[in-house]
Amino acid sequence: MDHGADCPVSVAGLHKRFGALEVLKGIDLDVQRGEVVVIMGPSGSGKTTLIRCINFLEEPDAGRVRVCGMEVPCGGKTKTRARARHIREIRTRAAMVFQHFNLFPHMTALGNVIEGPVSVRGMPKAQAEALGERLLARVGLADKRDEYPSRLSGGQKQRVAIARALAMEPEVVLFDEPTSSLDPELHEEVLQTMRELAGEGMTMVVVTHEVGFAQDVADRIVFMAGGVVLEEGPPAEFFANPKHDRARSFLRLVARGSTYADAGANGAARTDALLPADGRQE
Amino acid sequence: MDLLARAFPLLIDALGMTLFLGITSFLIGSVIGMTVALARLFGGPVLRAIAIGYVSIWRGTPLLIQLLLVYFGLPQFGIILQPVPASIIALSLHAGAYLAENFRAGILSVDKGQWEAAYSLGMPFPRAFRRVAFPQAARVAIPPVGSRFIALMKDTSLASVVTVVELTAVAESIGSSTFRYLEMFAIVAMIYWAINSLLSLGQEVLERRLARAY
Repeated sequence: MDHGADCPVSVAGLHKRFGALEVLKGIDLDVQRGEVVVIMGPSGSGKTTLIRCINFLEEPDAGRVRVCGMEVPCGGKTKTRARARHIREIRTRAAMVFQHFNLFPHMTALGNVIEGPVSVRGMPKAQAEALGERLLARVGLADKRDEYPSRLSGGQKQRVAIARALAMEPEVVLFDEPTSSLDPELHEEVLQTMRELAGEGMTMVVVTHEVGFAQDVADRIVFMAGGVVLEEGPPAEFFANPKHDRARSFLRLVARGSTYADAGANGAARTDALLPADGRQE
Repeated sequence: MDLLARAFPLLIDALGMTLFLGITSFLIGSVIGMTVALARLFGGPVLRAIAIGYVSIWRGTPLLIQLLLVYFGLPQFGIILQPVPASIIALSLHAGAYLAENFRAGILSVDKGQWEAAYSLGMPFPRAFRRVAFPQAARVAIPPVGSRFIALMKDTSLASVVTVVELTAVAESIGSSTFRYLEMFAIVAMIYWAINSLLSLGQEVLERRLARAY
């Protein structure tokens, strides 16, 4: 290990608590350039919090987060302007795809994709539109450029969201359960887009319960439970021969055919995932 | 008909004054309202307390009292205002308190995920607000803001109490000199109604335009 000096993402000793609940209890994670890391684990294991800490949508309490060589101090009380600027810089390098898409409902598909390039990167509009059209074509939605999100299916929304993330030309894309709020028949189109992205060498950190995707695409599985990384390794090894009891019972649940591995473990979360959380967009 | 001919030029001037009071107060009140809403939502404890106190006082007391305080009360502190500025100040501060709540509700209605998506693109707060949150908040806030504008147009009639020559004052003065109160008040009532019908129409057009994406 080179201690993350050259890694797009390097996390060490990361701690995060929400009130009395300690969600992350010291996480170390280095992601190499071009690597696809899939984070799995039961509900409440801290997977989502971990990737939200990588781009500071959650403020870590302690530890170190480094993205593309940029490091922002964690846990301090001081919130300087320089720190805020560094965090924004990190966010442009580590793009995020959300479980509930979070497309901007008042902008067209193309408008969503070019928003970052135009208003954050200062790209001229014509150039951004060319980029946006290219990216929409890449996710198979060239013909939807002028549609508003309310007119798109869930799978289409998520693909636009992926195009929006790519428009920042990021070093790494973070996926937070990108298929969990989709109907089962819509998973594949999103996963296919992600497969193609991985095939092009994009560095990806993916929180998902999609075993098939993890087996085919991941270079490494990171299995989390209770706020720690219990085990990690290549998918062939992890799925064939999980070392840890919690990993074995988790995989048994997954093997039962449910893509929501934590469906039984956490009914509330399950219901939540199926509700159209962004109701206004519907 | 004789009455109408006599009243018409006066009513036209008065209509101008009513519109001036209403529109100016609405614009100033909107600026106050947005500032107070942002202070309440995103400010520190001191700003928040000021914002809450302002809304509580200006929404919790009668507009007429506010107007009388500004016009007759402030001179005791050596601040002497002409009737029109005094009316605009009272109307703006009054409307601002209500508009602050309308804007706050609109901003609060924006999904947390929208902010996160904006931030995840690297936007700083002001840009995330302007590009992402505000357009969505506006859509939610327009119906109550439109209602407030209409209410404000009617509230301008109170300015007659501090001698501003607007529609109500003109109706009253012509009415008292001719004893044709019924006609005069009926006419200005129709004028207020006409103004507010136009405002309603404008609100509807705006609502429809903002709903296009949905």
